[in-house]
Amino acid sequence: MPTKHTLLSTAVGVGIAALASTAVAEEITIATVNNADMIVMQKLAPQWEEATGNTINWVVLEENVLRQRTTQDIATGGGSFDIMFIGAYETPIWGANGWLTSLNDFGDDPDYDLEDIFQLVRNGLSADGNLYAVPLYSETSFTFYRTDLFEKAGIAAPTEQITYTEFAEMAAKLHDPDNGVFGTCQRGKAGWGENMAFVGTMANAFGARWFDMDWNPQLDSPEWNAAITYYVDLMNNSGPPGATANGHNENRALFKDGKCATWVDATSAANDVRNPATSNVADVTDFFQAPKQETDKGTGWFWSWALAIPASSQKADTAKDFLKWATSKEYFQMVGDTEGWVAVPSGTRASIHEDPRLLEAAPFAETIKNAIFSVDPADPTRDPVPYTGVQFVAIPEFQGIGNYVGQQVAAALAGQVTVEQALANGQQFAVREMTKAGYIK
Amino acid sequence: MARAVSNRTKGVNTAIAGALGFLMFFPILWILFLAFKTEEDAIRAPLEVLFGSGWTMESFATVQARSDYFKHFSNSVIISLGSTFLGLLVAIPAAWSMAFVPSKHTRNVLMWMLSTKMLPPVGVLVPIYLIFRDLELLDSRFGLTIVLMLINLPIIIWMLYTYFKEIPGEILEAARMDGATLRAEILYVLTPMAIPGMASTVLLNIILAWNEAFWTINLTASNAAPLTQFITSYSSPEGLFYAKLSAASVMAIAPILIMGWFSQKQLVRGLTFGAVK
Repeated sequence: MPTKHTLLSTAVGVGIAALASTAVAEEITIATVNNADMIVMQKLAPQWEEATGNTINWVVLEENVLRQRTTQDIATGGGSFDIMFIGAYETPIWGANGWLTSLNDFGDDPDYDLEDIFQLVRNGLSADGNLYAVPLYSETSFTFYRTDLFEKAGIAAPTEQITYTEFAEMAAKLHDPDNGVFGTCQRGKAGWGENMAFVGTMANAFGARWFDMDWNPQLDSPEWNAAITYYVDLMNNSGPPGATANGHNENRALFKDGKCATWVDATSAANDVRNPATSNVADVTDFFQAPKQETDKGTGWFWSWALAIPASSQKADTAKDFLKWATSKEYFQMVGDTEGWVAVPSGTRASIHEDPRLLEAAPFAETIKNAIFSVDPADPTRDPVPYTGVQFVAIPEFQGIGNYVGQQVAAALAGQVTVEQALANGQQFAVREMTKAGYIK
Repeated sequence: MARAVSNRTKGVNTAIAGALGFLMFFPILWILFLAFKTEEDAIRAPLEVLFGSGWTMESFATVQARSDYFKHFSNSVIISLGSTFLGLLVAIPAAWSMAFVPSKHTRNVLMWMLSTKMLPPVGVLVPIYLIFRDLELLDSRFGLTIVLMLINLPIIIWMLYTYFKEIPGEILEAARMDGATLRAEILYVLTPMAIPGMASTVLLNIILAWNEAFWTINLTASNAAPLTQFITSYSSPEGLFYAKLSAASVMAIAPILIMGWFSQKQLVRGLTFGAVK
């Protein structure tokens, strides 16, 4: 018969064990978008859950909804999420506001090997020298082109960076709408993350900039005029009809269906376009650098999707543990082993980009790496600027300005306003917003 | 007296009504088609989607494997039924008092209640979010039930008020003269006469609460997330997931569609209650 002491000590022991297991096993909530890389992560995450005893609640949202939802939660300290999937635009702004947990201590973990993550990407996800997010993948933009159509038209594939003028000539030669092929497909759907991603880098190439060193908007400059005039002419002469409805997804579908001869867009789409299971043009697609014009600065954008921990999270330690697992070398290798090396997220770790298995499965990985390395978000334009960011300006006001200018550019493309009027409207809006925010008096 | 209508006019009217009905139903029909296609087939040209590709349940299986449908479904049921039930508890006495014991301010009160529906919800999102954060109601079914009850309350009160106004006050007076208490008057005299109107109010509010997306997405994360969030998780910025999005949409709207189908007679009867005198 158990003594009173035995019963007491057993009860205490069970209590401690219960408390310990509660302390160790935690449930974290991750807010993310529904893209191919995150789907793979969701598929592999049970391995982390089994190894640690922790569990994950996935909150998967459409990109715009995710942005609005996470911004609202983090700005109010709502604490609904322990990990957020955010981009290179939000990270420095939120980090500087003190809304994100610093991940500097990742550098102390030799197994994690923070230095293996490209410096450029780490810089893009830092503010004031502190790292606030770790990348799942990074991308720039380059030109997708159809090797068969180039050959048929007698056009040699560029080996050096060509100019937009040369690009327009190529597109005009390749344009064959009667046979269902358009010379070029570019983003026309309004939005700072849609048409302005392409237009912004093209404007950089034409020597334009969003603001001068005193934060005065420059949308009424001759450089912007030349860039938007070129864009409207290019799309009207060699683009598909109704281009204002086409964003990244629509153009990707058009290109994969063989409807576009050229497309300047995200390097992250390369795996999908070159995958015979999902693309009709997998074997006849290759890539060259995004064109330049007056300058070669800022001609390819820089974007990174990364994982960050809100400062309001009560489970930061568990969240950090997951972040280390999800962006480790081992994780990327696991993706290669289970999903195929062509599906490994690109533009993040040097060791993964040097892995022979990746180079064999995705020979274009080297092109992507070189394209990413050619970008410098800290020096994106011909003339000096007070901001960082290639296709965006890393200030909170940019979302509104970028969206408005995107709408004006789309209106010019649709022929509803002239290029001059669109840019004048954009300038007026930008001046008002920047004055309201106190950047200019 | 019925107006004489020629067979030709009838035929033309029927054809126009049929065409309009088909046009309105077409997006749902197309979602239904895409739900049974593979992702590759779903983005083909429309005719190829219909005739040039096979049919599969693959998307439904993938959606169920990746998301917990039944958790979202049960949240939707609890939130929509709960908010409607709570709304009725408040709305029946309110509508009764305004219909049968009106004051000189009744009209203004009714108009004020309706005016709250004119405010864009996003205008009060941040204050409500902060209140929910402080009361620890974020991502809770209870919090969401209360919010949906409150936003639908003006409609419930207005609908019930309209139905109650159709009931002759003399009948209630007669009940009172027979010694009926207020509770007995509402329960045994008013309610049976207003059943069609109340049924349509309940059905309409369940539908409104079921489909409400703004608050359900903004105030939930995972525990209380209903089917609206289940759908949005398949809306993708990169890569196309039309087939899975369609499968998720079909799974989300099927219960309410089936409920609407079976109760359409009641719904129409209630909505047209009092239209003919």
